[in-house]
Amino acid sequence: MISRFQIAYKNLLRKKARTLLTLVGIMLSAWVLVSLLGFNRGYESALNRDIDNMGYQLMVMAKGCPYEAATMMLQGGTGLRYIEQSMVDSIVNRPEVDKVTPILMQAFFDPDKGDGGGIAGYFGVEAATFPAMKPFFRFRQGGWFHDEQALEAVMGFEAAELEQREVGDPILVPEKNVQLKVVGILERTGTQDDGTIFVPLKTLQKISAIDKITTIGIKVKKDADTTKLETSLYQLPDVQVVSFTQVKQTIMKLVATARVMVLSIAIIALLIAMVGVVNTILMSVLERLQEIGILKTMGAMPSDIFFLVWTETLILCSCGGVAGIGLAFVFARLSDILVRRVLPYAPGGELVAIDLKLALLTLAVIVVVGLLSGIYPAWKAGRVRPLESIRGE
Amino acid sequence: MMTTENGVSLAARGLTRVYRRGIEEIQALDGVTLQIRRGEFVAFMGPSGSGKTTLVNLLGCLDNPSSGELDLAGRSIFGNGKILGERELTRIRREVFGYIFQNFYLIPTLTVRENVALPLAFYHKPGVEGEVERLLGMLGMEHRMDHLPGQISGGEMQRVAIARALVNRPEILLADEPTGNLDTKRSGEIGEVLQELNKSAGLTIVMVTHNPGLAKLGGRLIEMRDGQAYEN
Ligand SMILES: Nc1ncnc2c1ncn2[C@@H]1O[C@H](COP(=O)(O)OP(=O)(O)O)[C@@H](O)[C@H]1O
Ligand SMILES: [Mg+2]
Repeated sequence: MISRFQIAYKNLLRKKARTLLTLVGIMLSAWVLVSLLGFNRGYESALNRDIDNMGYQLMVMAKGCPYEAATMMLQGGTGLRYIEQSMVDSIVNRPEVDKVTPILMQAFFDPDKGDGGGIAGYFGVEAATFPAMKPFFRFRQGGWFHDEQALEAVMGFEAAELEQREVGDPILVPEKNVQLKVVGILERTGTQDDGTIFVPLKTLQKISAIDKITTIGIKVKKDADTTKLETSLYQLPDVQVVSFTQVKQTIMKLVATARVMVLSIAIIALLIAMVGVVNTILMSVLERLQEIGILKTMGAMPSDIFFLVWTETLILCSCGGVAGIGLAFVFARLSDILVRRVLPYAPGGELVAIDLKLALLTLAVIVVVGLLSGIYPAWKAGRVRPLESIRGE
Repeated sequence: MMTTENGVSLAARGLTRVYRRGIEEIQALDGVTLQIRRGEFVAFMGPSGSGKTTLVNLLGCLDNPSSGELDLAGRSIFGNGKILGERELTRIRREVFGYIFQNFYLIPTLTVRENVALPLAFYHKPGVEGEVERLLGMLGMEHRMDHLPGQISGGEMQRVAIARALVNRPEILLADEPTGNLDTKRSGEIGEVLQELNKSAGLTIVMVTHNPGLAKLGGRLIEMRDGQAYEN
């Protein structure tokens, strides 16, 4: 006729404002908790995705060569060292290797670039092997070079924007005064490729009068032992190997501090909400001592009262939890933007990844913690003696 | 059966109750001996503080006495210094007793019908199906079943409380100043209801009241003074 659940539920309706405020508290902490947990997971996979977008997991270059393009550009190409192009052949046949592509990095001083000139980064790449490394490249205009020796260029999104070039426009290689024709302009990738100008490898070698290369990009086969390959590559004379797994680990270390902070905030938010739950339920128990006593004269056992009050906690926590997690789904983009602001390095893509599994896990955490905080008020209610109902007047 | 052969339902011998408040001791009951038979309507009167509530609480197994014995239908409940825990007291109470008080303690967010059905959520004697509607009908409350307590009068609230006390078909109804919050007219009506329950259903009623008119309704009047019971 009337279930215990209904009794508990209708009890919560008695002080609507208080119940609502408690619900909002739980909801906000559920929101924060699930978003932060989502970030914890999302960040790592976004970083992985970013590194996958490099196209290759390993780079081989001459020992002592600054491998970051940015460094190369700052030094104006003076620090560059070269390796023999024939090294490609000794790498391509190793069992762990999927694809290999040779790259020649060059930096030229452009007096017309910005205030007092700047460095323009050129990548000599093979039309036959390089595009396969970057299958995610999308062209805003045009496409790749027509042959390996064409006087053609493909511009990264920002490079094209800076120089205001369209497909079909000419572009002059600074220092060398060689004119190339722009055949393709890439979409934005969010990586260093955006500022780069790609030229056929042979063309760039001819322009710079160099028959070597600076870098070999290696795509490792799926599930192959990268570490083993790395070690074996070090057998090659005078090379250094850069592994993006290592790069990733370095970044993850940087972000670890941020993640610890984030988790602490989540835990604090949860604790605050739980203090709210204890407060609300305890108040409602203390206000109802006489009524609880009357329930006992009606035949309710201490355990019945305990579970009645516990059910109230359960209802509060599960409703607040579900609402908060719902909010987190709806405003996931907003959390993304907020998180991006505070991070040292933010990869592209979805940073706050909330899925059903995580949502259920968070809900479980909230319900369990809620039930724990409900124990004291419920125990207190269970101990109320029926006499208090008559004496309290 | 809740009665012994001679029809005695409740038998108290030398019941005392001492309250301790710090170092101060209050002798609220000072050796009360009495018997209540099945089907009786007993009224307790007496000045405030004379121990009426204390006695009725002991008779209704809401509290343990400091000393003395209590038998319920021939079965010893209190005696020889044994103290019953909350669970055992609850088991006895829900089988035997219904309680009403000066305050009605209805739950404001439950309808009249739900308030009466409340005890059934915790304990359900077999064969009490339909009892909620039957009692509310008998008490003239059928047109108020889906109202909330805030929408009915004080007299009606006490009727709801009576129905709630009776829904599990108790043997004995304990009423501690049931009309204490009602005006003369409503008090009279509640008195009639109780008398009717006693006469037609054979319900044993133990009532505390300050209202002489109400006290006369019961066949038996016991005077309380300084923790002792006097009967002429
Ligand atoms: N819980 C208690 N603690 C201390 N003293 C109490 C308590 N309950 C009742 N008393 C005292 O016991 C005496 C009898 O009280 P009570 O049985 O309530 O009397 P009545 O119902 O006749 O007014 C009073 O002096 C009262 O102050
Ligand atoms: Mg009293």
